[in-house]
Amino acid sequence: MDFLDRFAVPNPSIAIYASMVAIGLTVVAIFAGLTYFKKWGYLWREWLTTVDHKRIGIMYLISALIMLFRGGVDAIMMRAQLAVPDNKLMDAQHYNEVFSTHGVIMLLFMAMPFIFAFMNYLVPLQIGARDVAFPRLNALSFWLFFFGAMLLNISFVVGGSPDAGWTSYFPLAGNELSPSVGTNYYMFAIQISGLGSLMTGINMITTIIKMRAPSMTLMKMPMFTWSSLVTNLIIVTVFPVLTVALAMGSMDRLFGTHFFTTTNGGMDMLWANLFWVWGHPEVYILILPAFGLYSEIISTFAGRNLYGYKSMVASMVIISALSCLVWAHHFFTMGQGPTANSFFSITTMAISVPTGVKMFNWLFTLWKGKIRFTVPMLYSIGFIPLFVIGGMTGVMLAMSAADYQYHNTMFLVAHFHNVIIPGVVFAMLAGLTYYWPKMFGFMLNERIGKWAFWLLSIGFCLAFFPMYITGLDGQARRMYTYSEATGYGALNMVSFVGAGIMAISFAIIVYNVYYSVRYSPRNISADPWDARSLEWATHTPVPEYNFAITPNVASSQAFWDTKKKGHELFSGELEKIHMPNNSGVPFIMGAIFFVWGFSFIFSLWIPAIISTIAILVCLVLRSFEVDHGRYISVKEIEETEIKLRGVN
Amino acid sequence: MSELFPRKQIMGFVFSLSLTAVALAVYFLHLSFAIGMFVLVVTAFAQALLQLVVFMHAGETKDKWIIYGKVYFMITVALVTILGTLLIFLWDM
Ligand code: HEM
Ligand SMILES: [Cu+2]
Repeated sequence: MDFLDRFAVPNPSIAIYASMVAIGLTVVAIFAGLTYFKKWGYLWREWLTTVDHKRIGIMYLISALIMLFRGGVDAIMMRAQLAVPDNKLMDAQHYNEVFSTHGVIMLLFMAMPFIFAFMNYLVPLQIGARDVAFPRLNALSFWLFFFGAMLLNISFVVGGSPDAGWTSYFPLAGNELSPSVGTNYYMFAIQISGLGSLMTGINMITTIIKMRAPSMTLMKMPMFTWSSLVTNLIIVTVFPVLTVALAMGSMDRLFGTHFFTTTNGGMDMLWANLFWVWGHPEVYILILPAFGLYSEIISTFAGRNLYGYKSMVASMVIISALSCLVWAHHFFTMGQGPTANSFFSITTMAISVPTGVKMFNWLFTLWKGKIRFTVPMLYSIGFIPLFVIGGMTGVMLAMSAADYQYHNTMFLVAHFHNVIIPGVVFAMLAGLTYYWPKMFGFMLNERIGKWAFWLLSIGFCLAFFPMYITGLDGQARRMYTYSEATGYGALNMVSFVGAGIMAISFAIIVYNVYYSVRYSPRNISADPWDARSLEWATHTPVPEYNFAITPNVASSQAFWDTKKKGHELFSGELEKIHMPNNSGVPFIMGAIFFVWGFSFIFSLWIPAIISTIAILVCLVLRSFEVDHGRYISVKEIEETEIKLRGVN
Repeated sequence: MSELFPRKQIMGFVFSLSLTAVALAVYFLHLSFAIGMFVLVVTAFAQALLQLVVFMHAGETKDKWIIYGKVYFMITVALVTILGTLLIFLWDM
């Protein structure tokens, strides 16, 4: 019995028992459904073992959407708790667990897979490649992310969730102050998925450098591919810091080392330092691909070339370098002197310059454009003013002296949601709507989509703008309640209403998917938006080899050239195409990593040793495996091409 | 002959072993903390570059500019991070 005690949740509540039952029932339902419809084989052959970048992209997308809902439920719970003063909906411990998981899930398991979804799906198509450089490694990245996310998601029913915030500062996150296994979950879940991100970084850089169609020089790449290149350079630069920090934190918690303790020569502040050395570039990892998507969408629907291509690229490169120079703005109040703070203040403010350049470029693209107000375009246009507000409050926070007032108040919470939601979330929804027809062969309903956009924007303003005011008034973040006398009640109620409207908007998006699956016409062309870049030049559905003939591009708007200027994209004979084989090993390795993480979290040393050996065995076997891939014959290609052309 | 005797790799291997020996010596020679650290940092960077160039074949292909470009960028960021951290915790704490 003692052995099993460790798996019990330390602070159980009815909601948690209800979730356990719900999770159990869902698992049973999925298994029963798969067995009943005889889909096990299909699932294994077509998805779990796939190395196709498009399918991996779609799996990232689905996971990200599911995590968006999981994190969204947490958000609504927090807002409900804060809606009225002295609320008793949750106790302090429960609130701590909810805001910690909300942050981890939204950033690492929602936003990250969302950008990876688009990178995977789009980058090879935009550069005219057949797949990424290392397709099997790509599958491994996905499964590491997936099992890392699953590991964090079981925490609240097995052993207890992390409760030290998504930043998990020591000494709070140390054993003394966080005795439950929750923080172990944090360390290992993020570690496992972080390894996946690092691999994706290497994979994508190699893909973009080595796999471009021969005619595509770097300066002819579509803007989203440029943003992906820069993003992945940042990933490769900063993720190792996170890996090391997490390893040190795990060792402190499990093996009694003293990296981040307050005694025996440890230094707790070093965690905050290392965390933000990764953490600040991480926010740019999220926003740059979003900028890339906006660039694609704005130029399509303004009907114009993207204004200032070169300055767009330059500003991204500058942002990537500066983003590694600003990390201390997250802890201006930790006790360092004015010299250090001034340095980091100035570098932080400097970032707003290249960002401003991008803003103006988008505005100039819109200028004199023939704008079509489709759903993706609405998100992109809504993004501009809302993101600017978030950026401006960011500059306020960057003034280190003033930050003593704002730090750790709701003002900060308002700031980062103000950049993350109109920045990243809007971009993801815009990209989802824009690329939906390419991915699934039909469009999402525009009318319903516009409802969702307006409700989301209004809900967003109502939910987060009041926090600027209560924050300046001194309402601290991460406090589970406040007294009536503070006078924060009314504005927090407004926030709750706003969060509710956002929830309704997400429900409408789900309804839109359902509605469009049922009623949307399927006889659309491969280019339903009258778009400009290369990914639209292939058929819908995209054949597994992407392009039968490697395209020959003349500019970053290759497809537009073909449509308007008579540029010939595809010339030459069909040749047999070399493709990678599917493999079950990435999935299996992901599963082993899950067991590995779980064993460490609960200090189960025997399974930990066995799974470590199993991981090594997989690596060694891979080194000795001979797999030359397979060829698609010319005849097969011809058949596919004729079939696909028939549809359009 | 040179196919049978990969001179560069073998030299690299010997050099890599001696770098390891020097680093290990820090433990046995009871050097002062500063000198010991200095030796460790220098041998660590040399070791990493050696592995990269000799055994991971950086610089043997046309795209070496991106490989070296990335390496320089990483070294710069690493140094900036270390100096920034020292600024925060030592020089201005
Ligand atoms: C319906 C939308 C959302 C609402 C109502 C919401 C609400 C909240 C609230 C109330 C907090 C905690 C404040 C506190 O510390 O007491 C919070 C924290 C946070 N949220 Fe959201 N959120 C939403 C969406 C998002 C999204 C989309 C992301 C990320 C992409 C996100 C990322 C974060 C992060 C990183 C934190 C900080 C967690 C921490 O510091 O512990 N949120 N949010
Ligand atoms: Cu930051």
